[in-house]
Amino acid sequence: MSILFDGLSLGAIYALIALGYTMVYGIAKMLNFAHGDIIMVGAYAFYVALISSGHMALGIVVAVIFCTVMGMVVEKVAYKPLRGASPLAVLITAIGVSYLLQSISQLVFGADPKVVTIPSLGTVSLLGASISVSSIITLLIGAVIMAGLTVFVKKTRTGRAMVAVSEDKGAAMLMGINVDKIITITFAIGSALAACASVFYLMQIPSVEPTLGSMPGIKAFTAAVIGGIGSIPGAMIGGVLLGVIEKICLSIPVLSPYTTAVEFSLLIVILLVRPIGILGKKRREKV
Amino acid sequence: MSDVVLRTENLGISFGGLKAVQDVNLEVKKKQLYGLVGPNGAGKTTIFNLLTGVYQPTTGKFYLNGEELNGKTQEQINRKGIARTFQNIRLFNNMSVIRNVLVGLHNQPEFKCSPVSSILRLPTHYKTEEAMRERAKEILRIVDLEDERNNLACNLPYGKQRKLEIARALATNPKLLLLDEPAAGMNPHETEDLMNIVRKIRDDYDMTILLIEHDMKFVSGLCDEVTVLNFGTVLAQGETNEALNDPEVIKAYIGG
Amino acid sequence: MIKKMLKSDDFKLKNCINYIFVAAATVIFAILNSTGGLKTSYANLLVQIGYSIILAVSLNLVVGFLGELSLGHAGFMCIGAYIGTFISIQLNTVIDSKVICLIISMLCGGILAAFFGFLVGLPALRLKGDYLAIVTLAFGEIVRTVLKNLPWFGKAMGMTTGAVKFTKKDAPLFIVVFITVIIVLFLVQSLVRSKHGRAITAIRDNEIAAKAMGINVTFYKLFVFVFAAFFAGVAGVFYGHYTTPVMYTFFSYNYSIEILVMVVLGGMGSINGSIIAATLITIINTMLQKYLPGELAALKFLIYALILIGLVIFNNAPKLAAFKEAVSFKALLAKLTAKKRRPEDILNDPAHWDKIPTKIRMDEVLSTDIQPGNEYVPDKPEKGGK
Repeated sequence: MSILFDGLSLGAIYALIALGYTMVYGIAKMLNFAHGDIIMVGAYAFYVALISSGHMALGIVVAVIFCTVMGMVVEKVAYKPLRGASPLAVLITAIGVSYLLQSISQLVFGADPKVVTIPSLGTVSLLGASISVSSIITLLIGAVIMAGLTVFVKKTRTGRAMVAVSEDKGAAMLMGINVDKIITITFAIGSALAACASVFYLMQIPSVEPTLGSMPGIKAFTAAVIGGIGSIPGAMIGGVLLGVIEKICLSIPVLSPYTTAVEFSLLIVILLVRPIGILGKKRREKV
Repeated sequence: MSDVVLRTENLGISFGGLKAVQDVNLEVKKKQLYGLVGPNGAGKTTIFNLLTGVYQPTTGKFYLNGEELNGKTQEQINRKGIARTFQNIRLFNNMSVIRNVLVGLHNQPEFKCSPVSSILRLPTHYKTEEAMRERAKEILRIVDLEDERNNLACNLPYGKQRKLEIARALATNPKLLLLDEPAAGMNPHETEDLMNIVRKIRDDYDMTILLIEHDMKFVSGLCDEVTVLNFGTVLAQGETNEALNDPEVIKAYIGG
Repeated sequence: MIKKMLKSDDFKLKNCINYIFVAAATVIFAILNSTGGLKTSYANLLVQIGYSIILAVSLNLVVGFLGELSLGHAGFMCIGAYIGTFISIQLNTVIDSKVICLIISMLCGGILAAFFGFLVGLPALRLKGDYLAIVTLAFGEIVRTVLKNLPWFGKAMGMTTGAVKFTKKDAPLFIVVFITVIIVLFLVQSLVRSKHGRAITAIRDNEIAAKAMGINVTFYKLFVFVFAAFFAGVAGVFYGHYTTPVMYTFFSYNYSIEILVMVVLGGMGSINGSIIAATLITIINTMLQKYLPGELAALKFLIYALILIGLVIFNNAPKLAAFKEAVSFKALLAKLTAKKRRPEDILNDPAHWDKIPTKIRMDEVLSTDIQPGNEYVPDKPEKGGK
């Protein structure tokens, strides 16, 4: 029971990160390899704000703002010049950005993990299992954010414009949608979500280092692909699925060292059975 | 009926609910120049995509020299003897003109050379490589591109790129050649030139050619028979001038 | 036959300069080594350069020639390093000569890596671009995790390879590595400069057209993937014979990316570029490790990142295309050698008609049309007849 709950809350974190991947992929048609490192940037921002002010809330706000700006800057500087270039070129640039963020933070903060002291929220017992409060908070807030995002995309002008751009960039442009602006907004939202995820992540593992983002980043991307990249509900399903599987694997002694291998094998298997992911849409290339 | 090269039987495909092509029956005979005409969106290129295995037909069948080709992949269909050109030119842009044609020659049985003998540079490699080059030059001569052979394909002017696509398709030694708007973007002089080339290919290689074209002068000057399509269905079929002057066809084009 | 061979592209100087260069380097360093003039640290550096070249050239085959991004190259190397070297250690108990152990295990490691390349490639190559990249990355991580946890390879402490590690007493490892480099270069370049190489680049340039030309796309993708995996495995075996312990941490996807940096820096699809870039980056790596202690080591990755981003944007940004053309080496050369052409010459030479700025001339025609009193009069004689 507590494993399931831990899995769900880890899944919520993955889902938040996966949303960033999936939205950017849907709209800019690129794999933002550096998205995982935005989490790391968020974690450092949170860390700095927390030790200098002592307020949790301020830390969260600073992390979100910093990441949002960072996401937009990265998009403007590194990705925008490559719009219309080959996907391979864009992907390699994204890998470069990932390296860049990691090395800058290592130069600034050093390679050693920094411990982030977050006051423990204790545990509550629910249905006979003890569950940490932070897991519950993660799960609740994660669910609220995801619901909010779904409403945003469905109901607001900007949200609908995003859907339009992801369907057909050219047609959206002809309809007077400022595609560049939409892409920037997408990066901003994705990075803000990553910042939230980073705070939740720190609540589970309270230490931050330059390579913090790479593993959760890759796993979240895996989640996005499993769910069907480009699909927002898909990212949520994929994230939760992966989180639960990870926690279950970790709880079985024989499997626990192979957890990463199990998760990635799941990715490969799903892509083989259904190359577009669980909720992905099939696209035809026009000949 | 042994001289029928291509036969389709109620060929059709639908995307979702949209019937893009429906009940198309074609019969193209050996050495025939057959036209496929119709307004935009009539399903002409879709038929080409069906015949080359890009799409799988949802209904009907098609045969090349009596052999059913449904369900075959693009590669297999090409090797069975259907080669095509593309409406939006798809050359290997970063390769020279002659290399484009050499890729077309890749599967010819007389140029067989296993990867192992190429990698280890066995004598077969050198023999086939030279023979392939000779043949490629010959094919380029047909479309007057021999002098351009060392230029990059993407640096050719538009009309020559179209001719190179034809040469490349010809290199696969097809029994049926599908030309998708070969004269698009050409000036009258180039079109004239292209008509001669197409005739020459038909005569010299006993080629059967199915072509899509919007230029009616080109179609009526070249094709023996045409099929007119509209909204995915056959509007008229038969001897070129007769079919093009069919009242239904005129109505579809003028929109009356 | 031999005449044909000699006439072919293979024997042009520009196509075999790299063999000559590597061979010359091998001979020079071997002589230096036998006279005792080569420090151990330099001999080690040579080994590193050697296997980096093998890795970069083989990855270039996948990324540069086939046009698919693989982020699992370190994974294949990992297989070679762990299993290949493990085989070598077992062999060493029977066969005394380390060189023979190395050569046999090289083949074994390569074949095993190739086998895994086949296993991954067979399904994965149905996927495109980003998906393939992530699956290969996942594969690399799976390999690493599994090899780390299997009981035979030293688990988290890494695998000790002291038994077969080449020391000063043995024949210098770099000679074996460099000879292998020459063989790899020969095999890769022979593949690239053949009808099969043409088919592979055709797939990169336009997969749909390649299919329409009857090219067996799946076969060639798989072939390249397996071929490249083989060489990565061989490089891994060298790694295992050169250092101890073999640590799973070395083969993280960061290392795959480092190989990718070599390929991109050298130029995708340029084998000589890969050789030069692999050499340079390996030397820079060693230098940086020596002179940049501790935290400053991150500077290395900063530099890589900037190189990677800068080069890719410079080479691929649509808006920079004109600028690139203007500053490229070829353009500079053309500018130096070109004679000044008068506009009339261009007009009279059909070869240059595509360069005539037709749009501007059209505008001229239009503007003269509109001006009052300047209208285009179609039938002048008739007018005169009135």
